[in-house]
Amino acid sequence: MIPVDLYLFLSLALFIIGVIGVLTRRNVIVILMSIELILNAVNINLIAFSRMWSSVDGQVFAIFIITDAAAEAVVGLGIILALFRNRETVLADEMDMLKW
Amino acid sequence: MLLNSILFDFLAGLAVVSAILMVTRRNVVHSAVFLIGTLVATAGIFLQLQAEFLFVVQIILYVGGIMVLFVFVIMLVNLDVTLRFPQFNRQKFVAGALAIALGGQVFAAYWIGHGALHFKGSSSPMPAKNTEAVGQALFQHYMLPFEIASILLLVAMIGAVVMAKRRV
Amino acid sequence: MGHLIPQSIMPYVLPTFYGIIIVLLLPLVSGYIVLVERKIMADMQVRLGPMRVGPHGLLQPIADALKLLIKEDIIPTSADQLLFWFAPVVTVTMAMIALSGLPFGPAFQVADLNVGLLFILAASSLGIYGIVLGGWASNSHYSLLGALRSAAQLVSYETAAGLGLISALLLAGSLSMKSIVQAQNDQGVWFAFFVPFGFFIYFVASIAETNRAPFDLPEAESELVAGYMTEYSGFRWALYFLAEYTNMIVVAGIATTLFLGGWLRPFAREHSYFPGTSIEFLDLLPALIFLAIAGYCFWRTPRQPVYVQKLVMAAVGALCVLLAGTMAGSLFAPEAVRLGIHGAFWFIAKVGAYIYCFLWVRFTFPRYRFDQLMRLGWRFLIPLALVNVVGVGVGIVISQTWGLSPFFSQMVMCVPTLGAAFWLAASDKEGQSGTEVRAADGE
Repeated sequence: MIPVDLYLFLSLALFIIGVIGVLTRRNVIVILMSIELILNAVNINLIAFSRMWSSVDGQVFAIFIITDAAAEAVVGLGIILALFRNRETVLADEMDMLKW
Repeated sequence: MLLNSILFDFLAGLAVVSAILMVTRRNVVHSAVFLIGTLVATAGIFLQLQAEFLFVVQIILYVGGIMVLFVFVIMLVNLDVTLRFPQFNRQKFVAGALAIALGGQVFAAYWIGHGALHFKGSSSPMPAKNTEAVGQALFQHYMLPFEIASILLLVAMIGAVVMAKRRV
Repeated sequence: MGHLIPQSIMPYVLPTFYGIIIVLLLPLVSGYIVLVERKIMADMQVRLGPMRVGPHGLLQPIADALKLLIKEDIIPTSADQLLFWFAPVVTVTMAMIALSGLPFGPAFQVADLNVGLLFILAASSLGIYGIVLGGWASNSHYSLLGALRSAAQLVSYETAAGLGLISALLLAGSLSMKSIVQAQNDQGVWFAFFVPFGFFIYFVASIAETNRAPFDLPEAESELVAGYMTEYSGFRWALYFLAEYTNMIVVAGIATTLFLGGWLRPFAREHSYFPGTSIEFLDLLPALIFLAIAGYCFWRTPRQPVYVQKLVMAAVGALCVLLAGTMAGSLFAPEAVRLGIHGAFWFIAKVGAYIYCFLWVRFTFPRYRFDQLMRLGWRFLIPLALVNVVGVGVGIVISQTWGLSPFFSQMVMCVPTLGAAFWLAASDKEGQSGTEVRAADGE
């Protein structure tokens, strides 16, 4: 049996990579994709504990997280499309003026 | 047992390597492809943890739905000029250091307690019919969050249509 | 044989063997489906079709495959090299993975997953990436537009197909493909007769899912060059083509398992035996069908104009007699062999009939324009599928609370679903033809 700790370490590694992606990249689409990576890391954690306690509650919560990730990705990408139409850029550094 | 740990090593390695590649690529479409790789590896890990319904849901929804949406939007806003600009912003070193510090703290917490948590193995098995168990939990105990999630999805759909429409 | 193979890998031997058979046979089968399509298209258009390569064109697929293999492999210089190579591989791999979940017989299945149906749907939805990435990697406007259109079409009709499948799943009660066929056996009626609307919705959605006419705007020859396949030549194009026909077999397999009874013969629960034996009348049906085909072949043999064609017709006739003998002979074999061979026959026959309907629809209906296609998917099929799911659910509840027969309550619920279908079709004002003419009249 693989110890639970390995799944927790994997989840932590993916989480930190996602956090680095959110904090350091300029392209807003990559920032959004890193947020999806963070949510997936949390999902691995939840499923590992769901297996440890032999109940499906963790899996149900993971389903809700996937649903929320879908809703957030949809809205986020809509915002990016609207921003792109107005500012012609997808770099986060350049979207710094509310009105020109 | 050996197959189990080989499978876990392979899937975990694939997930981490894909994630690192995703965060560092210059070309956004390549980043999306590597994120797909990470998500499929994660789905494999779900399957290994005997969460078969989540395995297929992850692939159908996340990879087959959300990532298709990402790839569509990337192709709509892809500017070739951005390939020549710097990809990382000015705070990259401070941000990286802080993230690694956070990771180090959580890792220390895990390390202090490692070996305390165990899978109970076959002595307390998961429900044999995973899909049915998840369905029953969703529609009996977690009915209210389920309904709220559906309203959330409806709101997100309407919001996306409104925001992506052209102002004629 | 159990002594030669160590116990630890024993569960993996048979599925690997089935998988290898599927992967080896698939290009050949797809090639001959292409030939069958061309022959049937020719027959419906009152001409002969391929006749030159081999007698009656029977070696045409082999000639096509050889030609595609030795063609020059052209890669545009500004194309994304890695993704250009990767995209057709993804499509073909996902199509073959989807095949591994189909039950060709009671025991002939690579893996009987608990979530088998969803696994096949997942593999099909991953095949979209081959199209999208291929179109983008070609670095050409036509390819990108065709790829985006094709992907949008696939995603839209995937929803409708899934909802159509749910209405059959409500009756089956399980996601494992084997249990679904067992449920049809237990309830005695194929689900296509239980939920005809679900079958219709899945039929239409599966035609759109595989990019077949009349929904093949993204890849038709007279539209947009060739869509996402424009820049692909030689073997890469052959991979896309192979994936398309493999997808046809996959959706036909899903429809057969869910709606047409899988490997069950018609009237699977009627047992009427020959007096004194344990052989059933209806089990002789495969042998009789093959004998009928053999009789037709032998009858047409003298009328062939060329000697080689006479030989081939006679050979085909002899092959059919041999198959009839196998079908009849397996009735005396042990139970497992009989079930396996007859199950495989009925499954392949039903898949063949479904694919024949695909070909028939291709040569009958004109192509949908892309906006008409999306309108049909989102404003007709998906609402109808939702109404259908609600109707099937209400039907099940009616049959359980009031004790009516399930078949009767489903037929009762077909009436409001039919009404909803007519209302949806009539209320779609922008989708009706003549709208542009009316607007031009200055209204």
